[in-house]
Amino acid sequence: MPRLVVTMREGGQRQIDAGGGLSVMEAIRESTDELLALCGGGCSCATCHVYVGEAFASRLPTMSGDENELLDSSLHRRPSSRLSCQIPFTPALDGLGVTIAPED
Amino acid sequence: MSSLARPFLDVRSSDEMMEQYDILIVGAGHGGAQAAAALRKAKFTGSIALLGDEPDFPYERPPLSKEYLSGDKPLDRLLIHPPAFWAKSEVAMLLGRRVTKVEPHEHRVSCADGTVIGYAHLIWATGGSPRRLVCSGHDLVGVHTVRTRADADRMRAELASTTRAVVIGGGYIGLEAAAVLAKAGKHVTVLEALDRVLARVAGEPLSRFYEAEHRAHGVDIRLGVAVECLEERSGRVCGVRLVGGEVLACDIAVVGIGIVPAVEPLLVAGARGGNGVEVDARCHTSLPDIFAIGDCALHVSAYADDAMIRLESVQNATDQAAVVAKVLTGTSAVYDSMPWFWSNQYDLKLQTIGLSIGYDDLVVRGRPAERSFSIVYLKGRKVVALDCVNATRDFVQGKRLVTERIIADRSMLADTTIPLKEMKNAPSSYHV
Repeated sequence: MPRLVVTMREGGQRQIDAGGGLSVMEAIRESTDELLALCGGGCSCATCHVYVGEAFASRLPTMSGDENELLDSSLHRRPSSRLSCQIPFTPALDGLGVTIAPED
Repeated sequence: MSSLARPFLDVRSSDEMMEQYDILIVGAGHGGAQAAAALRKAKFTGSIALLGDEPDFPYERPPLSKEYLSGDKPLDRLLIHPPAFWAKSEVAMLLGRRVTKVEPHEHRVSCADGTVIGYAHLIWATGGSPRRLVCSGHDLVGVHTVRTRADADRMRAELASTTRAVVIGGGYIGLEAAAVLAKAGKHVTVLEALDRVLARVAGEPLSRFYEAEHRAHGVDIRLGVAVECLEERSGRVCGVRLVGGEVLACDIAVVGIGIVPAVEPLLVAGARGGNGVEVDARCHTSLPDIFAIGDCALHVSAYADDAMIRLESVQNATDQAAVVAKVLTGTSAVYDSMPWFWSNQYDLKLQTIGLSIGYDDLVVRGRPAERSFSIVYLKGRKVVALDCVNATRDFVQGKRLVTERIIADRSMLADTTIPLKEMKNAPSSYHV
């Protein structure tokens, strides 16, 4: 099963093995409640906001217009920002590291 | 760390064998689940139990009329957290139990199964049950509501043998269910008592837009109609008879006419309320040590000009849960979050910010015919809400206009070449 490495807001790290067609958001919320994921992954809010490690940034699906607009609603947007519900966590992303963005 | 983060020490109980918890959360939907999670996140170390009348672990509700109903997402992807998470968080899951009596001074509840549970603090997060028709035939096989996973499963089980569906109620639930059924190839008729769909929650341009979209997908929308009764054949619903005599043949009927807040035990115990249970800005009811959150909680909202309202949304349940968790762990907090909401029908993403209740003017921004537009609602010339269809930028940028009660120039609001983030108070405006 592909492994996701999540850095929490307070700095601790967690390794999550997740398969079965989950998004990165769904994989994260199986293990922690730090991500609110309020709209359930429908790209209608920005509460699943993460920073993606540079090594993987180019391997992710292109950001949609909606995702871009929603990330603009965050005070903590960085160039590495993505909405984790928009990233299918596939075996090709094994080892992906994300950091949970500060809460807005 | 506040002393309230430690377990409460004085849970009153005359029966040592009775289950008791420092915090008992009644209702395992969005509000209840988020309250439990938020308490642990705030480092509350006392005992927490989450009680719900369904057998399922807490799951997301909006998909019940969208991707769960359509079969596009299985239940295990809708769980707010998996069972292992709740176990690790030491939240006792009391599933399949229903509270029938609350005794506030004794700090205990009684359940339908005869058990009694003691608590130091109670969080009531029961939401409501779907309002049912009362006419003849209202409880026939084949008449469905859309409130629980079991409801959705029952409907899904009948879809293979369904050709014609009648949806009663032109609110968000009815329209979302109609969209799923239409996409599944069913012949769908939506019945709405008022003169337009979404009449209670949106302005006319939005109502007419959705009416046209559903019609374009082959849905028959009937406005200004009333249901006389549901007709039966071989024990099942076979038609909906309208006042006036017309009968609409159907294989299933879906009833989406609102909810009745599930607060009877609190009202019987003396809580202030009626259409819901009244709470203050800290989500506290009029009963000692009892909070209420989510769909059932009547609260004063500045976004509704200080009217007392219930908000049936994930945002409301989640944000009220966060307030209660803060209050119970010693951080002062009041509920004053900006209401927002979403609805998905076909390829239309509706996102709303603020509350349009009581608007006296509206500006359409963009062209509905292009299927990407917004409606800006004004009251006393101030922006109070936006409904955005496939217009995420306006949804994001509109929030500030609502927060700041901007009095923007109407023609600027209507001009899609001017981003909402550039809107400021119009020069001739003044407000306190």
